[in-house]
Parts: sequence; structure tokens; C-alpha cells
Amino acid sequence: MNSYAQIFANCWHSSEKPCVHYIECINEGQKCHQSAESKKQLAAFKSEILLQDHKEPVILIGMGTCGLANGANRVHAAILSELERLNLEIKVVPTGCVGYCSKEVIVDIKIPGRSRICYCQVRPEDVPMLLQKTLIDKEVVEEKLLGIYGSTNGETGWKELPLLHQVPFFAKQKKLVLENCGVIDPESIDQYLARGGYVGLSRAINKMTPAEVVKEILKSGLRGRGGGGFPTGKKWEFALNQPSEQKYIVCNADEGDPGAFMDRAVMESDPHRVIEGMIIGAYAIGASEGYIYCRAEYPLAIKRLEKTIADAKAHGLLGQNILGSGFNFNLKIKKGAGAFVCGEETALLHSIEGKRGMPRPRPPFPAVSGLFGKPTVINNVETFANVPNIMRDGADKYAAIGTEGSKGTKIFALSGKITNTGLVEVPMGVTLREVVYDIGAGCPNGKKFKAVQIGGPSGGALPEQVIDTQIDYENLKKVGAMMGSGGLVVMDETTCMVDVAKYFMTFIQSESCGKCIPCREGTKRLLEILERLTQSYRSEKSPDEALLRFQGMVYLERLSEVIQNTSLCGLGQTASNPVMSTLRYFRDEYEAHLYDRKCPSGHCRELLTYHIDTDKCTGCTVCARKCPQAAILGEKGKAHYIIDEKCIRCDQCRANCKFDAIFVE
Amino acid sequence: MEIQEVYAKYPQNDPSILIPILQDIQEVCGYLSEDDLEQVAQHTRLPVSRVFGVATFYNQFRLRPLGKHVIRVCRGTACHVKGSFDILTTLENELGIKAGQTTKDLQFSIETVACIGACSIAPVITIDDEFHGGLTVKAVQKLIAALKKTNNE
Repeated sequence: MNSYAQIFANCWHSSEKPCVHYIECINEGQKCHQSAESKKQLAAFKSEILLQDHKEPVILIGMGTCGLANGANRVHAAILSELERLNLEIKVVPTGCVGYCSKEVIVDIKIPGRSRICYCQVRPEDVPMLLQKTLIDKEVVEEKLLGIYGSTNGETGWKELPLLHQVPFFAKQKKLVLENCGVIDPESIDQYLARGGYVGLSRAINKMTPAEVVKEILKSGLRGRGGGGFPTGKKWEFALNQPSEQKYIVCNADEGDPGAFMDRAVMESDPHRVIEGMIIGAYAIGASEGYIYCRAEYPLAIKRLEKTIADAKAHGLLGQNILGSGFNFNLKIKKGAGAFVCGEETALLHSIEGKRGMPRPRPPFPAVSGLFGKPTVINNVETFANVPNIMRDGADKYAAIGTEGSKGTKIFALSGKITNTGLVEVPMGVTLREVVYDIGAGCPNGKKFKAVQIGGPSGGALPEQVIDTQIDYENLKKVGAMMGSGGLVVMDETTCMVDVAKYFMTFIQSESCGKCIPCREGTKRLLEILERLTQSYRSEKSPDEALLRFQGMVYLERLSEVIQNTSLCGLGQTASNPVMSTLRYFRDEYEAHLYDRKCPSGHCRELLTYHIDTDKCTGCTVCARKCPQAAILGEKGKAHYIIDEKCIRCDQCRANCKFDAIFVE
Repeated sequence: MEIQEVYAKYPQNDPSILIPILQDIQEVCGYLSEDDLEQVAQHTRLPVSRVFGVATFYNQFRLRPLGKHVIRVCRGTACHVKGSFDILTTLENELGIKAGQTTKDLQFSIETVACIGACSIAPVITIDDEFHGGLTVKAVQKLIAALKKTNNE
């Protein structure tokens, strides 16, 4: 037997004739065909696909986008050709992302009777040695080992080696939403079912009324993971109480925040979880149609979701008469077309309707009048991915995790100047310090930590002095940031905060849809002020500009507040957050730029001066040849020098100098 | 897929198909020509101005053909912090075009992307959908030199 569909061939269950007990049958044994043999068969199949008891070794390779970017495809090909050479018939299963991006490519090997081994940073040239040692010599290659999966009885079958969940990166994490990511084959509905998938749906749809489901979600304290943190149960309640023949449920998978990739990882690595959450949501509010609005930049996620929808339909979990309950729900995927503002819910709805993605004033809220004028609930991917666990294990268990006002866990995408980049899921209430230092292991190359940008372009940069803040919705607001979607970009001493503010403003300014004036004009003005701050005398075209710099600095805060208070949608209302937070914590850097025309971090090009260290320069002439402005002079064999007036700070000379003779001030 | 098949796939008179149909046409043709926009307007029974509005609003749509090699530079926060601006200027200098443009010989296009989502290997660019991560200015110069060389052969 190699699928639930085959085991249930004796049952009348099919997608045309779904059965109320299908999920229970999977977990507890077939109700109508109770026999010792059928129970044994189910148990055997379950332990085989969960790799608890299997006969042949299995190789699993992390092939999410980050794995592929690190060359998982080449490793995959190398494994296949090596297996052929060794004449071994072993299954190679592509999995999703386990979250430890800086250790990709991750290859797991599971040998019958022993615990699963997780190898990291595997390159194609390592493959022959890895396979030979592990599969044939039955030894662990320790220099490539990330950790060994723990087992229930504590016996791993290998000698004493580090366990995966004790590796510092994983030790402080609590994986609820990500529990399957990187562990299961995302394209296999059987594996999701065997790990307790769709149990939450079965409970909701067969044992509870929509109002009870909404109550359960309210009780769990789940709040929207997309940014604002609005209680999900409340949103569902509004929509449930709207009398309407047609309602919609929409999954916002337009993850546009630069530096955030948790939604992509969930969709790629555990797509059934998202779909299950959506079906439960649809049942709760009475929606018969749903949309997943996914970025077109995530082709793999879209492909996986399409397969997932087809599989769920084939098992009678989606479509007509779901699990024999009489409830119908159809799901479609809409590809986004690359507009950041479409992450805003009303803009997203316009985009689905085929219009330009521009927000509209609220109220009416989408829960009252949304897609095509009908009541619509819009939640983010991570929010939906939390729902199956709540319905499966109950709201109380979920609400036990987290802080007073923020329950459950939150996934963060850790990136920037940090040693361990990747996806981390932590319970609400852990401190930023734990995430940055214990999980992320601090800044690499011995550099000093400066700030962590949380919440993307709508959030703020938090410095060392508030790093002991406990992460939850309210606390982050208090210190001038916001949860946002969960991007955590770490910056070290070489990052200039004025430049970071300028970067975000450039982004927001180009993504502003142009509908309301404060956002369209205000962000442009803010950007101009920041650009003037990082300008040198040389680029000033008139003497007035020097005065405008000071004037801009005086206006900066007032303008930020006006944009915040008067913009139409969330994009504009939070647009000035990066400026306000950097101004709050790094005013000295702004002042150094303004008064001294110096960039303390040595980042803002225009404010730097390039010099050649005459002791180190050998006169090899490489810099003079590379200089596009012919700003470097000198004889061959003698120290060169740079004419500052001509220099455009392109950094070509420093990048190409073999003797480290060029330095900046 | 042929262009006729794209039109056959979508019902007429339904404004909500506008974005998917433009996406499919661009996938077949590589870009959206003036004729395409007019034809879509006829198919959907929408004013051409509305179709043009949508086609210019979203970053994904192009009204000009792309070069043979498409270089996408990630300008996400993580990449920015790790120096993607320098990578972009280097590319622009090497190819003599700005981001969003295509070289005259239609060989190279440079595009910027808000975030590719491969933050762990920042700064990252993709050349013809192949990822190149952990880049430095020097590495980019080498990549482009190699690409130009294979192109000339």
C-alpha cells in the first residue's frame, strides 16, 4: 500500500461521495471495515511514511527557494547520479525549508532503525563521500553534521552526537506553524494527513457550528500576523454576522516586505496547512469561495499550492460537500503582479477584481463590503497557518503560549548582518536579545551590533538599549516599531541609519500608489530631505541647497507626523516609521551628516574621502587604470594619489587594490 | 501556448480577468505591445485607458521587449545592508544601461526586484533565473565578463 487512497479503496469514500468519518478513520482505524488487518495496515502505512518504521533508506533534500538558491538542484542531481553509480535504489524526496538558511543545502538521510541525520552545507562534490560513509559504512560524517533528529525513546542508533533540537539555532524556538516545514514532503497529502493534518478541519466541520468555531478562535487570542495584529476571531465574527448569500475568504500571500520570506516558506514547505486554515475560516464565516492572492515572484509556492488544491479536492476536503457535511467551498489562486501596496487589504481586493491596486477609505470594512461588494475576510498566510493547530488541539492549549495580549508564536525572517540567517519561530514574549544573540548568534566578523529593523518598511529600527524588549504587539509599538509581517534585519556598526531611512523611503516612495496626497507628495519630500542630508558640497547646484538641508531637518519630524496622521491607508500611515524611529534612537548620526557632513559608519559615499596610503602603495597602476574618472595619478612603481575633486566615490579603486592601500574617511 | 489560446482561455466581458490575461500574454510574447493592449480591451470590453492603467500600475508588466539575458538585482533590506547598491551600480557601469533598461543590442536587461526572498545569501542577483549569492563588486565584474564572452562566441 502506498497511499491512503489505496487503503481506503474498500471504503465508499471518494471526492464525489465524501464521508464524515474520513479523517477519524485515518487516525483511529476504519469505522466501517473494522478488522485487525485494516488497523494493522493503517498503522504500518503511517509509520512507513513518517519514516518511523521503513525498510529502505530515504534521502531528503531541502528544495525550497533558499535551498535552490544555494544550489540544491546541483546537489540533487549529484545524489541521483551517485546512487546510480552505486547501483542503489533509494528514494530521494524533495522537502521544504527547515529554516536554517545559512546552512543550506540541507540533506537528510534516514536509515531504517536509526534516527534521521541532518547534514548541512552540502556541496555537489561532498555527495559521493556522504553517501558512501552514511549508506554503506553506516557512519555519520561529523564535519557535515547539523544534528540528529531525537527519537521518542532517546535511542538514536548512532553514537553520541549533537541532537538537532539542541542546536543553538533551534533550541529556543517553538515550532507550531513550522512543525512540518523541512520535515515532510510538501507535495504529499498523505504525509500531512499522517501527521494529524485536517483533524482540525474535521473537528470544526463535523462537531461545531460556525459560531462555535469563531468563538474558539476568539478564545485562542489569535491575532493577525500580517502586520496590524487585529484579532482574527473578531474579524470572522463581523463577517459571520453579515447576512449575505455570497461571502468570500481571501488569503493575503502578497508578501512584499523586503526582507520577509516566512509566508513563502510556509506555502512552499507545508501548503496543506494554509489551505486547511482557509477551509476552516470559510466554514466559520459561511464563505463558499476563496482566493489566495500570491506574489507572482513566488513561482514555486504557486505550483505547490495548485497541487495542494487538486489533492485536497481528490480527497473530498475541498469542493462540494466537504467531508460529507454539506458545506461547499472552492479555492482559486490569483497571481499578484508586483505592487507592494496590494498587501493592503482594500487594494488587494481591487487587484483581484482586475483593477489597479489602490486602497479605498474604510469603513465600510471588507468584512461588511469587500470583494465584489460582498462580505470578505482577508487574513495573511501565517494567520491561516495557525488555525489548524488551534482547532486540532483546542484554544486553551494555544492560548497558554505567549503573553497576556499576544498569544501563540511568531515566525521571523532573520537576515542582514547576522551569523545564523533563516526562519525562526519563537513564542511571543521572548526578548529581541534572545532572537538576535541566542538564535542568530550575533553579528559576524566580530562587528558590533547596532540595530535591528523589525517590521519592514512600516516598522522601526531598534537599538541595543531596547533589545531586552519582549516581543509582542504592544511592546514593539511602545518602542517605536511594529510587528509587521516579521522581517528582522540586523545591522552592525558599518550600517548607516540615515542611509537605512533613505533606503526605506526610496522604496515606499516608488511603491506609493499615488491616490492620496500625503503619501504621494509627502514621501517624495521626505526622501528629498534625506537625500540632501547625505549630499556633499560638490553635488550642490546652488547655495540655497545648503540652507534647504537645515530647513529639511527642521521639517522632518513635522512632515513625518502629517504623513502618519493624514494618509489613506496603512502604507502611508506607517511610511514615516523608519525615519521616526531612526531619528528617535540615532539622532547623533543625523546630526553628524547635517553639521559635519560626515558619515560615522563610513557608508554614505558622497560624504567620504578616498586616500591612498603611500607606505602600502606599490605603484602597480591597477587603481589608475580602473578609475572611470582618471582621478588617480602617479608613476609606475611609485605611490599614487587621488584628486578628490574628480573622485566620484565609485569604490572601484578600493575594490581592486591588492595591497589594501586605499582607505576612506 | 499561442496567443489565440490565451484569449480562448478567458471569457469575454469579465473585467476581473484583466490581470491574469495580461500576465499570460506577457508570458507568450515577452512584453505587452500597443496592439495587445487594444486587443485585450476589446476582449474584456473595457476602455483601453483602463487596460493601459493596469498595465502601467503593476511592476510586473513591461511595454518594451526584454534583452536576451535578464539580470535581476534584489534590492531587499538584507541585500541593501550588505551592499546591493554597489552591485547595481557596478552592473549599470559594466553594461552601460540603467536599471529597467535594455542594451541596444537587446542582449542584456537589468531589473530591480523589491525582494527575491533569498535573504540568507545576500546580496543576490539572478541571471536568467539562476541565483548568484554572496556577491562582491569583483564577483559581479567576473560574472558579466564571462557572460559577455559566451555571448560573443
